[in-house]
Amino acid sequence: MELIYLLFILVLSVFLGFALISRVPPLLHTPLMSEANAICGIIIVGALIAAGAEANSTLTIILGTSAVALATFNVVGGYLVTERMLKMFKKKDTTK
Amino acid sequence: MNIEFLANFVYIISSILFAFGLKFLGSPTSARKGNLLSATGMLLAVLATLASGHMISFQWILIGVIIGATLGALVAFKAAMTQMPEMIALLHGCGALASVFVDWTAYHVHGASDLTNSITLYLSIVIGGLTVTGSAIAWGKLSEKLPGKAILFAGQRLLNLGLIAGILILGVMFILNPARYDLFLIILGLSLAFGIFLVIPIGGADMPVVISVLNSYSGVVACTTGFVIHNTLLIVVGALVGANGIILSIIMCKAMNRSIFNVIFGAFGAVVKKSASGEKKEAKGISVEDAFLILENAKSVVIIPGYGLAVAQAQHAVRELGEFLEKNGCDVKYAIHPVAGRMPGHMNVLLAEANISYDQLMEMDAINPLMENTDVAIIIGANDVVNPAARHDKSSPIYGMPIINADKAKTVFVLKRSMATGFAGIENELFYYDNTRMIFGDAKQTVQALVAEFKSGQH
Repeated sequence: MELIYLLFILVLSVFLGFALISRVPPLLHTPLMSEANAICGIIIVGALIAAGAEANSTLTIILGTSAVALATFNVVGGYLVTERMLKMFKKKDTTK
Repeated sequence: MNIEFLANFVYIISSILFAFGLKFLGSPTSARKGNLLSATGMLLAVLATLASGHMISFQWILIGVIIGATLGALVAFKAAMTQMPEMIALLHGCGALASVFVDWTAYHVHGASDLTNSITLYLSIVIGGLTVTGSAIAWGKLSEKLPGKAILFAGQRLLNLGLIAGILILGVMFILNPARYDLFLIILGLSLAFGIFLVIPIGGADMPVVISVLNSYSGVVACTTGFVIHNTLLIVVGALVGANGIILSIIMCKAMNRSIFNVIFGAFGAVVKKSASGEKKEAKGISVEDAFLILENAKSVVIIPGYGLAVAQAQHAVRELGEFLEKNGCDVKYAIHPVAGRMPGHMNVLLAEANISYDQLMEMDAINPLMENTDVAIIIGANDVVNPAARHDKSSPIYGMPIINADKAKTVFVLKRSMATGFAGIENELFYYDNTRMIFGDAKQTVQALVAEFKSGQH
């Protein structure tokens, strides 16, 4: 039963994504992509649960900790690099 | 009302913030606010998860966060704007690898409880696996640690078919009998191998499509992982990122007049035949001094950048030239083809870095009607995207591809190292047109020489 709710969420989110992203101008496509990388780091939510669960083997500790590190890398790296890029987009009036 | 419910409630807020973050990216004036909103959503999601009581020990989490945050900040601040494509490829790969590890942990601890679970687990490790290695290869190509050209070898198709067949057959076996840990590992291994062979035959100018497709995959993996661990936030975000990658892939393919299937499975090199044009025409060169005299009298100039601009790191010199032209009463615009560079929007970021106002950056469709009234078009490191053969030569491999009509300008300057062909390996007839003048040499040095002429002319 739960599966159908999850699919519901999936379908509506895809529509939302198409609606939002088709309005982003080509000017900002590179920052858009790094922003997508950053929010893709949301996998950190799953990684936290994996790393923080009761450690039942060395393997899960390694996998969990690596997952947290990789996801954090995406979140921190993604948002910072997006911010760096967006800061550069200026209109003439504001620069002079 | 329990803590689990509260955590899910916060997830909803996070989703809203992510959506608004993307919405605000619709304009350069609101984009930074969007980024901040999105980051806030991420922070809330992390805090809600930490508070949800699923975790028993925090020491490993702390270690992981410290390592990831340090490396992430380091790379984000150190990467040059010319390195953005490889940085993005690296992030795709890391996101996918994290997803694969989460899937693996879930499988290791809980196994696959039912049919849905084993199917989503299977899809997740296949797409995740090929995204990890595919992104690694893309990163290697973009950072020039691997040869950027398409790598082709005999039996490549057969090998790929074998890998696909293996992944499918073992997949069915695994879904029917999810307790087989050995199958899980073999499928993961095959998927990793498949990712390598999927990307190595794709070269140079097709990289914008590869990056967009991998972007889509990294979203899909987050989504399937969401199904594996029953997390709604992962599904929402994965769908958003997946849609993002699909839209960008479609835009890139349209700009090259090719289908996604053709880019990924049909190596471009195979199509190219040396178009032996009858008489060998002579391209006309021009000295920097003479070019300066023409530019000095120009009322409108359109600069068309391509990947060569990024290679020569000429963006700052170009901005200087543009400023001198404007001081001279000339109207300066920059025409940007959607596939110029190695990733969507690559040229915009480089020119923005050089402090060029974004309202001077024009899209292809906006600039083309203006080309006929342009005095000088300066092509810097672009080739195929200005080849007029795309408009009329049905035998050309790039026939039908939308191009920037540089040839319509009164005078065309082409800054180029040599007469070598572009990525597609085709002769550019524009170079032989009567209104075209070649300025050979390193793009940056040529532009700097032009700037020097303007400087000395002021006295």
